[in-house]
Amino acid sequence: MSGPAVGARGPELAVAGFLMAVGGLVIADSLRVGTGWADDGPRSGYFPFYIGCLLVAASGWTFAKQLLRWARDSTPFAERAQIVQVVAVLVPMVAYVVAIFPLGIYLASAALIAYFMWHFGKYRWRVTLPVAVGVPLFFFAIFERWFLVPLPKGPIEHLLGL
Amino acid sequence: MDELSNLAHGFAVAATLPNLVFMLVGITLGVLIGVLPGLGGANGVAILLPLTFSMNPTSAIIMLSCIYWGALFGGAITSILFNIPGEPWSVATTFDGHPMAQQGKAAQALTAAFTSSFVGALFAVLLITFLAPLLARFALKFGPPEYFAVQLLTFCSFVGMSKEPPAKTIAAMMLGFALAAVGMDSVTGTLRMTYGFPALLKGFDFLIAVIGLFGIGEILLTMEEGLAFKGKSAKISFQVVLQTWAEIAKHWKTFLRSTAIGCWMGITPGGATPASFMSYGMARRFAKDPASFGKGNIQGVIAPETAAHAAGTAALLPMLTLGIPGSPTAAVLLGGLLIWGLQPGPMLFIEQKDFVWGLIASMYLGNIVGLIVVLTTVPWWAAILRIPFSVIAPVIIVICGIGAYTVHSSMFDVVMMLVFGVMGYLFKKLKYPLAPLVLALVLGDMAEASFRQAMLLSQGSLAIFWSNPLVGTITGLALALLAWPLLSAGWKALRPGEAPLSGGAN
Repeated sequence: MSGPAVGARGPELAVAGFLMAVGGLVIADSLRVGTGWADDGPRSGYFPFYIGCLLVAASGWTFAKQLLRWARDSTPFAERAQIVQVVAVLVPMVAYVVAIFPLGIYLASAALIAYFMWHFGKYRWRVTLPVAVGVPLFFFAIFERWFLVPLPKGPIEHLLGL
Repeated sequence: MDELSNLAHGFAVAATLPNLVFMLVGITLGVLIGVLPGLGGANGVAILLPLTFSMNPTSAIIMLSCIYWGALFGGAITSILFNIPGEPWSVATTFDGHPMAQQGKAAQALTAAFTSSFVGALFAVLLITFLAPLLARFALKFGPPEYFAVQLLTFCSFVGMSKEPPAKTIAAMMLGFALAAVGMDSVTGTLRMTYGFPALLKGFDFLIAVIGLFGIGEILLTMEEGLAFKGKSAKISFQVVLQTWAEIAKHWKTFLRSTAIGCWMGITPGGATPASFMSYGMARRFAKDPASFGKGNIQGVIAPETAAHAAGTAALLPMLTLGIPGSPTAAVLLGGLLIWGLQPGPMLFIEQKDFVWGLIASMYLGNIVGLIVVLTTVPWWAAILRIPFSVIAPVIIVICGIGAYTVHSSMFDVVMMLVFGVMGYLFKKLKYPLAPLVLALVLGDMAEASFRQAMLLSQGSLAIFWSNPLVGTITGLALALLAWPLLSAGWKALRPGEAPLSGGAN
């Protein structure tokens, strides 16, 4: 596969910037709870403060280095087609997690499996349906019945009285 | 010999029928996890860990460590038959394993890989059996400064030995420490970095991070490569096994060298992946016919597999004796120990003899069981890989989701898993190492506690880390490793004509 590629310099800068921001949050909160000594020893911010400083320093280094060689850096991040593929999986994943809130994990799982098989695998419904229904049922048997671990359930399960 | 009687006692603990069944279940699940892309040793164990909370700790660790052995075995199957490394440490196995399969020698390649794994693990377990009690006795003398120095050494060796840029290694590590610090401070009870969100009160659980980073992140990476799996099929007959054993016995030097590399890389937290690459490189350098490597030389299968399995097993040595895991999977197992109420470290060898020696004995038995299982069931695993990814991928996502939920029965964790998944993908693409992040997340609280205790002892003076020869040596070694990238960069700058050093970094 080869096609138009997306450069790594944008994501590189974004991730380094994000890490610097996290480091900033850590430092700010450490200063709030105190980085010095109390009567009984080091305060809560004593250790995280240095962690935050090192995080800002290390990602700041990556950030600055990336800025300095911005123009001549052509390291590829991924091909455009590959990123489309990744997003095509990421979006249903996000939808799946969101759907667990109202629908419960079993119905959402069935929908996710059905979508993947229908959209990516081009399966007929005859094949898709048994798998999409069977796998969540299998997990139901293992978790709710065998290990007695309750998983999130939605309206359908309540209707069935489970 | 004290160790032998302890070991005999351990066998009595491990070889009960329920534990043998757990071993078999663990190995089978482990191979399955190793074969499937997106499910690896670390997150496989992380997903199954909540299910073992109610089990007795000895049976639980036997099953979970067997999952780990199984995953180490399973990675070789996909590498050789499908040219897809199921695990990062089996990438080097594809170099010669897949060419062998293409030449119709898949059975030989698989037998060689499994046997090498077994040999590597066996030597590493022998090392654990005799070295671990000594190390534990030695570590009993450790105080907080020594503990912090050993932890410092662990993290500095990541910086010194990983092939990723040092600034990124440090950043990933510090992110782990920062995430570990979120929530209630265990010493003073102060809330830290929660910024008013009640969901952050209990902090970030490393199990969620592992499932997201390694599970979801891996799925996203796999999608990039497209979805087609084209593989060779294989069936192993008993005759081929015997022939292959006779052939690979001639390469005993490769075995010894690879085992040594693997054990060293496992104890220092280099991990199985660099060990397998280094061992492959060494085998090629010392071979009579280096040109045949990459075209199906059986030594190219033996070397990485032996080293990877030796490293994977040896990684449990520092985990048991010092409470410092040598690999992400060992880190997850360590988290399990803490959850079961066992404090890893030297006292484990005194207070929990049944547990420790049962585990060590189960390593011998588990690897024998594993070797038999994989040799007899290869065609079946190859068939699983023929299930298209469009079916496997959503099932793995569902498994990850359930695994993340069951840790604390919290939907917030499932959302965080997704966030960690995207982060794992970005980090992998931008060459941030994930192992130091996970290790820092697991060890964060312990490292902070020992640092603060040390500071209390010295009233805030860092000089305590040089206060006696023992702690001074460890600290010095740690700082030397930390400075290693600078030193080697300086060396290269001074001698521009020379090719870059490749031995230590790969």
